Amino acid sequence: MSSNKKYWKSVEELNENSSIVETLQQNEFVQEIPTDEFLGDKASLENSSTSRRDFLKYVGFSTAAASLAACEGPVVKSIPYVVQPERIVPGVANYYATTIADGFDFASILIKTREGRPIKVENNNLATSNGGANARVQASVLSLYDTTRLTGPKKNGENGSEDISWKALDKEVKAKLGNLGNKNIVVLTQTYASPSTSRLISEFKAKYRNVKHIVYDTISSSEALDAYQMIYGERALADYDFSKASTIVSVDADFLGDWQGGGYDSGYAKGRVPKNGKMSKHIHFEANMSLTGANADKRVKATPSQQKQILASLYNYVTGSGSKSSLDSTLDAEVVKAAKQIRKAGNNAVVVSGIQHIDAQLLVLAINKAIRSKAFNEKTPRKIRQGNAKAVAQLVSDMNAGRVGGLLIAGVNPVYSLANASAFKEGLNKVAVSIACSLHKDETASLCNYIATTPHYLESWGDVELKKGSFSLMQPTIRPLFDTRQFQDTLLKWIGSTVSYSDYIRSTWTGILGGTSWNQALHDGVLVKPSIPKKVLETAIDAPEGDIVITEEVEENTTPVAPNYSAAARRLSNAKSTGLELTLYTKTAMGDGKQANNPWLQEMPDPITRASWDNYLTVSRTDAEKLGLINENVANGALNGSYAKVNVDGAHVIAPVIIQPGQAIGSVGLALGYGKKEGLKAEMQVGVNAYALYKNQNTIQSVTIAKAEGTHEFACVQLHNTLMGRGDIIKETTLEIFNTRDKHEWNAIPEVSKNHIEYEVTSPEVDLWDEFDRSVGHHFNLSIDLNACTGCGACVIACHAENNVPVVGKSEIRRSRDMHWLRIDRYYSSEDNFVGDNNKKDAISGLGSSLSEFGEMESPSDNPEVAFQPVMCQHCNHAPCETVCPVAATSHGRQGQNHMAYNRCVGTRYCANNCPYKVRRFNWFLYNNNDEFDYYMNNDLGRMVINPDVTVRSRGVMEKCSMCMQMTQKTILDAKRDGRTVKDGEFQTACSAACSSGAMIFGDINDKKSKVAELTEDKRMYHLLEHVGTKPNVMYQAKIRNTTEA
Amino acid sequence: MKQVKYRNSASKILLLGTVFLFSLLNPVLAQEETATPEAVATEAAAAGGDVTKGEALFKSLCAACHKRYKKMTGPALFGVTERRDTEWLYSWIKNSSAMIASGDADAIAIYEEYNKTAMNSFPQLTNTDIDNILAYVMVPKAAPKTPVGTASTAVSPDSGSGVSTNLILLALGLIFLMLVGVLFLVNRTLRNFAAANNIELPEEEHRKPIWQSFVENQFLILVTAIFVLLASGYFVYGYFMQVGVDQGYQPIQPIHYSHKIHAGDNKIECKYCHSSARVSKHSGIPSLNVCMNCHKSISEVAEETATEDYSKAFYDKEIQKLYKAVGWDEGSQSYTGDTEPVKWVRIHNLPDFAYFNHSQHVSVAGVECQKCHGPVEEMEVMYQHAPLTMGWCINCHRETNVKVEGNEYYAKIHEELSKKYGVDKLTAAQMGGLECGKCHY
Repeated sequence: MSSNKKYWKSVEELNENSSIVETLQQNEFVQEIPTDEFLGDKASLENSSTSRRDFLKYVGFSTAAASLAACEGPVVKSIPYVVQPERIVPGVANYYATTIADGFDFASILIKTREGRPIKVENNNLATSNGGANARVQASVLSLYDTTRLTGPKKNGENGSEDISWKALDKEVKAKLGNLGNKNIVVLTQTYASPSTSRLISEFKAKYRNVKHIVYDTISSSEALDAYQMIYGERALADYDFSKASTIVSVDADFLGDWQGGGYDSGYAKGRVPKNGKMSKHIHFEANMSLTGANADKRVKATPSQQKQILASLYNYVTGSGSKSSLDSTLDAEVVKAAKQIRKAGNNAVVVSGIQHIDAQLLVLAINKAIRSKAFNEKTPRKIRQGNAKAVAQLVSDMNAGRVGGLLIAGVNPVYSLANASAFKEGLNKVAVSIACSLHKDETASLCNYIATTPHYLESWGDVELKKGSFSLMQPTIRPLFDTRQFQDTLLKWIGSTVSYSDYIRSTWTGILGGTSWNQALHDGVLVKPSIPKKVLETAIDAPEGDIVITEEVEENTTPVAPNYSAAARRLSNAKSTGLELTLYTKTAMGDGKQANNPWLQEMPDPITRASWDNYLTVSRTDAEKLGLINENVANGALNGSYAKVNVDGAHVIAPVIIQPGQAIGSVGLALGYGKKEGLKAEMQVGVNAYALYKNQNTIQSVTIAKAEGTHEFACVQLHNTLMGRGDIIKETTLEIFNTRDKHEWNAIPEVSKNHIEYEVTSPEVDLWDEFDRSVGHHFNLSIDLNACTGCGACVIACHAENNVPVVGKSEIRRSRDMHWLRIDRYYSSEDNFVGDNNKKDAISGLGSSLSEFGEMESPSDNPEVAFQPVMCQHCNHAPCETVCPVAATSHGRQGQNHMAYNRCVGTRYCANNCPYKVRRFNWFLYNNNDEFDYYMNNDLGRMVINPDVTVRSRGVMEKCSMCMQMTQKTILDAKRDGRTVKDGEFQTACSAACSSGAMIFGDINDKKSKVAELTEDKRMYHLLEHVGTKPNVMYQAKIRNTTEA
Repeated sequence: MKQVKYRNSASKILLLGTVFLFSLLNPVLAQEETATPEAVATEAAAAGGDVTKGEALFKSLCAACHKRYKKMTGPALFGVTERRDTEWLYSWIKNSSAMIASGDADAIAIYEEYNKTAMNSFPQLTNTDIDNILAYVMVPKAAPKTPVGTASTAVSPDSGSGVSTNLILLALGLIFLMLVGVLFLVNRTLRNFAAANNIELPEEEHRKPIWQSFVENQFLILVTAIFVLLASGYFVYGYFMQVGVDQGYQPIQPIHYSHKIHAGDNKIECKYCHSSARVSKHSGIPSLNVCMNCHKSISEVAEETATEDYSKAFYDKEIQKLYKAVGWDEGSQSYTGDTEPVKWVRIHNLPDFAYFNHSQHVSVAGVECQKCHGPVEEMEVMYQHAPLTMGWCINCHRETNVKVEGNEYYAKIHEELSKKYGVDKLTAAQMGGLECGKCHY
């Protein structure tokens, strides 16, 4: 039986009195066409000195002039290499394996280069350690070509910042570092997780005395590290493999997002696809609506303090120890259910938590140990977070006390990202010599004495130990664009070494490589060693990154002792809320804000709120009403919201408000990583800096909120491109129905009646069109599994990079002129109650009552279920766009792709009007070479990222997804050249290649053995808006929710 | 730089004229040239070897490293018999490394001088062979010929004949003017006579002018108007259709590179230099290191290479340009590292929205380069042969059969499609080569 849930895209739709929804459904153009404005005023028309005739004259003249001027072709110069490098063939891409390790994102990746320019990030299929490339990693290639990057070393003197040579910088810094007396030198770095860097820093310590190394994670995982250390004696993060878990219980762990370094989505997705009638069950407790919560089978709202109690009760229920829970009955019932589920699943269950409290993290480890969870890998902890929040706090007080003489900052921006930034700034003044190793002249770098400008990671060498025994190598994919030197090379210079860092890595790796050759390791980019003999490695490599800082609170004892879990549970269960609780989080697009100057990421809509270019305070509807905060849609469909003043213990920010369905009452959320002001373009200086509230690097803060003046204009693609009221585009059912009932009950193909006989719409009997023969050659299909899709958005950025999709900016997005070829629609549903809904729907009679009762039927939007649906051009075999084009600019190919010839398009936009999926995008402006759109396509540096195989579109033409024609054609050509057939899996699109969760499968359905051909026969398969009869070549696999209870 | 159109330009006519004149002069020059080698041969034969046989051997075995009058990888060989004993030369040529090993002072000295590059051993050569070679290398350098073939001298006969024609024309013009004057004078005299004798000259009958009757005839006007409109439409259309079509585009390149000499005379395979055409969308302009594969040893052109238009000195100067760009020092036979890339003017400019892949056509379809680029092997200066319009592409796709033999990729699709279309051989169009998206994305 098909789900009769009514999906809605915005709370506005639930408001029966809202005229806006109706208007948007009826109106083709969201904005009024301002003809009246132009022609209404007779007087001014008559007074105008330019008559219609004049206008025509000018047009005629300029057209003639332009065409005459165009007759003489420009002279194009071609400059070949003087000596062509052996491996570069112009027009053929090279791939290099490398690793991103920017302190927040760690992933082994492949870089596609053309003529020596890195142009795209791809997944490294050999890498198994840390998931695939997420949206930020995909976008990082554009950050390489950032015009705000520093071009050389700088010295910040009294008269501003001035250039300095490396030689002079080295000389001055070395002299100053040698003259610090008994004051400390502090090396403050991001997490490098790099064996070579650790070794290098220990050598630096040996050379200069009194050196302290402090690792600072902008987004702290300190408590989880401490907890792991308490139990296992090693400062690292627990590693989970969600593919092995049949029951996942998460207490505010956004593991599909950035929780503890992220990268868990591929494993998670594996367990989510129903196989042999089984799939994992995911229960999620959280306050903010996160990506993970949105994907859960059962999402339970809970404020941060309730979460602590939940975890404590869960521990007590699962281990059977402990006392009565302090929770209220409804929450308690949910915890009991979850505990039952865990006990039933036994060692197939796993519990994770993102609560920033050492007790909470201890309990999680205790539960997983107690149930002997298979998904919990004790042997291979993650090394990608090493930061120590207490050490950082200590540093700030040391600096202010004048105990720090030299400060070397690398990869972090504490002046921007510390809550006590002002104290840090004051302390910085007392430091004799401060050096920032930075790409940009950011908040911190501009206050330091020297800036030792570093290259982008794509220009650097490096090595990373992602997990214990899982190594990854970073190699340059382009010669440094500017006069830069990486942090490690700077250290090597300062310890008086003459070796380069690349040679240094090689010498470190002699101990790591084992039997593998260096070239092989560099080629693969990854190296997994099950166990490393300790004696071979230098102790420095194995030592934890950063120094152990002893403060009053932490006992000196670092050897593992069994902590008192029940005491921890007791402490947690006593958590009390005081007013509103704020949960600070990181957005999928922006992360910790390192890539704030990346327009692709700024423009990427948030998977949950669908807002781009902003961060905002998410508030529940109840709290918003209480506080008088509103969201409204203005006439053109754009979203406006009130401002709220958020106070945390003296600090405050004023942030715009989005009313978020699913937000726990009594809690609010705000994203970190925005509000950066220095070292980035004016266009990118958006949002508010929530780090001001990130006290003690704790994401949970107790706040007071008051309404502030003004209205904020969001660039939200929420109500845009509505499907014109055609609902039911996501098919969804429960695992139970999926397993027991016939396909026709829950995934029926719509039927039409002809001569009083019902036919399925796909039947040729009821087709208006003659079917083409598509059995010959390739016929491409793309399958999207709604169960595996987590909504992470890596495909959106991959599509951006592959297809030269322009960035249009906030105000254009607000006008619903976004250019994304691939969007991920997010649908909220009301709580499912099929029987009740059906009964009520059947009882509806007449239009009047349907309007009111549909409204009633939909339960309040307090905790909706969420579904994500990536939508791109569906490449319909019977495409409505093709028949209406007056100039035949869009046509169909035999291989199933809907072609778009840009040079033929005259921009009538009939096709976009006629497209039921609203996937066609119109170039309202010239987005390249136009300084009005100062993102990246208007400068030589930014244009280096452009894919030379795809046309850059001009103003006035329609564009859309081409199913990565350039990629399929290349695959075919490669096969032709080699004289072989194409193997399954060779055909890829940018999105399917970027999808690490396996939700997108692309291939040739005429190859009957291919995976995608198999998927066309899957009983979950359906097409979007099947009843329209467009016969798309993109198919979806219906979403199945595991609602079975133990 | 302007696009150069040669079709109607005066310079082209002049050029043709010059060529024509040269063709008349050619037999004379040819006779002169043939005389020289004969004289040389007879002269050298006296030295005790067969020069012609020696030349053949030298070119096949020695020319890779030696020149007669110029240092290359090895020393210049002219005068070698004067420097060295013949017996020494025999053993050196037959096995040079053995001589070095034996500690021969001269052998070691020369080995050291040429960067310890060992000379190949030629045990297969007999002493007579070596004599022949030595005879050939001892032929003294021919005195530079009087540069008859160069453009500067070519001017004189050209201008000489021009003067005479002009004189005739001038004379004829003068006669014509005199005749006109005479006629006018006669007419005036006659009229004066008539006036003096009171003879009435007959009045000319006033006739309706033809233009007036044309204007009054509406049918004719209509027909003419339609004709004029059609004709102008035809020409306007023709004009617009050639906008952006640069067929015949022949820009002046920074280095005068002659495809005729390389691909035509020396029959170098196109893809030897344009190697990426096999695997890439671009055919690739060869990088200068590819040029140096040959030009390391070819620092000047042969006498025979020079043509009427371009002298040997001219070509040698162009090779010097290459050396300058790649940073090759001839004296020390080494790279200086001082390079400056050559900025070629691109001739074949496809618009950005059209995707073209060389490897598809060259490697997969096996299309000859000449099919699109024309008789490159005859082009002294490269020009755009084909119009490169979409119609031109499509036409070829319609006419050309897909080369499916021995290509497993095509096996299945060819069988199915040829059955569908009922043909034995499929054209590129039937294979899908006319679909918009195949070239526009």
